[in-house]
Amino acid sequence: MIATSREIWVYLAASPLLHLTMTLAAYLAGDWLFRKSGQKAIFNPVLIAIVILVSILLATGTSYATYFEGAQFVHFLLGPATVALAVPLYRQFERVRHSGPAIFVALLAGSATAIVSAVLITWLLGAPQNVVASIAPKSATTPIAMGISEQIGGLPSLTAVVVILTGILGSMVGTGLLNRLGVRDGSAQGFALGLASHGIGTARALQVSEVAGAFSALAMGLNGLATSLLVPLLFHLLGQWFWP
Amino acid sequence: MGNRIVLVFTILLACQLAGEVIARLLGLPVPGPVLGMVILFVALVIRGHVPDDVGVVTGGLLQNLSLLFVPAGVGVMLHAGLLVQNWLAVSAALMASVVITIAVTGLAMRWMRGFAAGDEPEGQP
Repeated sequence: MIATSREIWVYLAASPLLHLTMTLAAYLAGDWLFRKSGQKAIFNPVLIAIVILVSILLATGTSYATYFEGAQFVHFLLGPATVALAVPLYRQFERVRHSGPAIFVALLAGSATAIVSAVLITWLLGAPQNVVASIAPKSATTPIAMGISEQIGGLPSLTAVVVILTGILGSMVGTGLLNRLGVRDGSAQGFALGLASHGIGTARALQVSEVAGAFSALAMGLNGLATSLLVPLLFHLLGQWFWP
Repeated sequence: MGNRIVLVFTILLACQLAGEVIARLLGLPVPGPVLGMVILFVALVIRGHVPDDVGVVTGGLLQNLSLLFVPAGVGVMLHAGLLVQNWLAVSAALMASVVITIAVTGLAMRWMRGFAAGDEPEGQP
C-alpha cells in the first residue's frame, strides 16, 4: 500500500531523522553562503542556519522540543569537541607558558568587563531582573552560563540563547575590530575571541591560525571558571544598588 | 581508519565522563567537558606527543565546531516574546558588551606583552 503524503509527514515529523538532516543541511547552506559572499561577517553560517531552521519550524508549526529530539545528536557532540580542544592547546603549550602574566591580567580584565558591561546596559535600558540575570554570564560557555544563571535567578534557557548570540556577534566583529585596534598577534586575537565568545569565537579563531585556536580554547576554559566565580559576586554587589 | 575513529571517540568520551564524575564528586563549578579537556591535555603531556589518529579525528571535529551550536541557538524561538519585549536592552547590551570585552581583552594582552618585550632588544625601535 502506498502511503499518502500526509502519512509520510506524520512519520517524518515524529522521527529524529528529519530534524537531524535539516540541521546539517541548514548549516551547509549557511556555510555555502558565507564562502560565496567572500567570508563576509554578516553571512555567519550559524546565524543563517538558525534563521532557516526557526523559519521552517514556525512555518510547519513544529515545537522546539520535537526539533531537539533530532538535533540533540549534533548538540551532544559539543562535549567531545570541547575535550578535543586539548589537542591545539597541547601543540601550542610552549607559547602559552611564556604568556602567563599577560593571560592572567587579560583574563581578569576581560571577564569583569564582559559581566559588568552587560549587566549595566541591560539594567539602564530597563530590562527586568530575571533578564539582567540571564545576560550576566553570557560570555561563558553554554553549560557554565546556564548553571550560573539559575543560581542568580535568571532563566537558563534564555541564557543559552543569549550565549549563542554573543558567540555569533563576537565571531562576526572580533577579528576586524582587533585588526583596527592594532592587535594583530594571533595569540592575543585568539584569547580575546575565546574569552568574549567561548566556543563559537574559538571556531572562528581556529580559522585564523592554530595559535589563535589554542589561545581561544584556553581563554574559553579559563573564562568559564572566572565567570562562575565573578558573576555571583558582582551581580550581588550591583544588585544591592539596582534593586534595593 | 576503521576502528581507530571509534578508539579516538572512546578516548574523548572517557575524558568527558571522567570530567563529569570528578566535577560532581568535588562539587566544582566547572562543567565536565572543560575538566575533560584538562584531563586529555595532561594525558598528552604524559604521552609527549599527539598520536596521528587523535590529531586527525579531533581536527575534523574542531573544523566543524560552530555547527554544534546550531541546535541550542534554535532555542531562540522559545523566548521570542521575552526577547521582543526587551529587544533594545538585550541587543544593545550584547553588541556593546561583546565589542568592549574583545577590545579590553585584546589590548590587555598586547599591553602586557609590551612590558615583557621591553626587556628584549627587539622591543626597541
